[in-house]
Amino acid sequence: MKLITAILKPTKLDDVKDALHAVGINGMTVSEASGFGRQGGHTEVYRGAEYTVNLVPKIRLEVLVDDKDVDSVLGVIVKSASTGSIGDGKVWTTPIDQVIRVRTGERGPEAI
Amino acid sequence: MEQAVINSGDTAWMLMSAGLVTLMIPGLVLFYGGMVRVKSVLNMMMMSFGALAIVFVLWIAYGFSLVFGDSVNGSGLIGDVSQFAFLKGLDNSEAVIGTIPAAVFVGFQGMFAAITVALISGAIADRAKFGAWLVFAGIWATIVYFPVAHWVFAFDDFVAKTGGWIANDLGALDFAGGTAVHINAGAAGLALALVLGKRVGFGKMPMRPHNLPLVMLGAGLLWFGWFGFNAGSAIASNGTAGLALLNTIGATAAAVLAWLLVEKMRDGHATSLGAASGVVAGLVAITPACAAVNASGALIIGAVSGALCALSVGLKFKFGFDDSLDVVAVHLVGGIVGTILIGFVGVDVGLFNGGGTEQLIKQAIGAGAVLAYSFVLSYVIAKLVDLTIGFRISVEQELAGIDLAIHAERGYEFSDNNQGNFLASSRGAQE
Repeated sequence: MKLITAILKPTKLDDVKDALHAVGINGMTVSEASGFGRQGGHTEVYRGAEYTVNLVPKIRLEVLVDDKDVDSVLGVIVKSASTGSIGDGKVWTTPIDQVIRVRTGERGPEAI
Repeated sequence: MEQAVINSGDTAWMLMSAGLVTLMIPGLVLFYGGMVRVKSVLNMMMMSFGALAIVFVLWIAYGFSLVFGDSVNGSGLIGDVSQFAFLKGLDNSEAVIGTIPAAVFVGFQGMFAAITVALISGAIADRAKFGAWLVFAGIWATIVYFPVAHWVFAFDDFVAKTGGWIANDLGALDFAGGTAVHINAGAAGLALALVLGKRVGFGKMPMRPHNLPLVMLGAGLLWFGWFGFNAGSAIASNGTAGLALLNTIGATAAAVLAWLLVEKMRDGHATSLGAASGVVAGLVAITPACAAVNASGALIIGAVSGALCALSVGLKFKFGFDDSLDVVAVHLVGGIVGTILIGFVGVDVGLFNGGGTEQLIKQAIGAGAVLAYSFVLSYVIAKLVDLTIGFRISVEQELAGIDLAIHAERGYEFSDNNQGNFLASSRGAQE
């Protein structure tokens, strides 16, 4: 099992969510995050003073998948999240030892 | 006060006006509170409430007497402290001042003192010890506000026989406190910002307002309350009050437009903070002038103030003083604009409106005197407070947030899950 973590542009969340739904992914966790990568950040003017804003609002989306689905889900996320411009984000995977569904006690891929 | 008769119309309006001016305190609390960061909102609000509390107690004890008592030796500098000490002879239902009960006049004018002190607190957001602020507020009211209000608000033969030098000898026009309230508070704010120094991170991070809807609501309440402040300063329900009310609306509307225009051209955006600040810039500037100009004059004063105040908010970064909520840029600059422009657009007295330069010079002397007196004395008082009991909280407290460090509270508890548990000893008392 793998945990897929994706950092996305906030405007792309709906597209990614819908695309994942369409390929049968029924659960995910979404949180608001902020950060920066190669995009760096940008400058803003507020009340007569100029500032660099380097922590940009992002969405952090996490989804647990069975090993056999990892590549296809990664493909779906990358395709639906892409705008082709700078700041599109990143996706990575982490190995997962164990998953338990709290209500039923099911373990492993059954619990995903 | 001999053979004085109470006029019920005047009295009704002045009771109302005293209430309106009191509403400016929550107005200011919301305006300032929304502008600070989330970790300092309560302290910002507490400084205004604290100022109201301490100043009004002093007002009853000796403040009113220092402002409205007979001028000591006819000097025009300070009222007789013993004449109305603890409101001697005034705190009953028979005494009359002008055409209204003395008690109403005392209450109305007392709120002016309180709000003036509260205005200063915007310059020292996030970093002042609460106790030190209260000490400063009490001393400042005593040796800065009360004398200056005597200079400006105490007319001969109104409350006492002899009054202040700006009102009577100089003859500068200041209807509701462009000098005594706004230049006074603005100069004090500058002095305090210099003595306390910059906040950690000032000029490096934007320190954006944490809640702009509060700021907008506060500015709206200030506007509403200002009708009592300006129109109430007629101390009567009459045509002067009506003119003051009209000009208070007109100047403020023009100031909002001017501020937003400057912002749009300079920064690319018209902000809600700019609109709220424009409201206050217009209100401040029309305060001294609201009974001395016509509607066009009010529009000019408002527009000039809105534009100049908007241009002034960047000065603190250029010169490196942390006037956190722009007390200097709005109250000092706006107060000067309104006071000086009377010399240009005042009906019958202004250079452009039937007068010569005589009134203009009087206005400049009045404004300059209050500015200099307030700045010097405020600096000395703040320095003494700092050297004796210390004015600033520690860097650790400032970084953690003054609300939690000083008041043991947070403005917003976003979760119920992290509130701890009663100790067994105090739980026993509950059960």
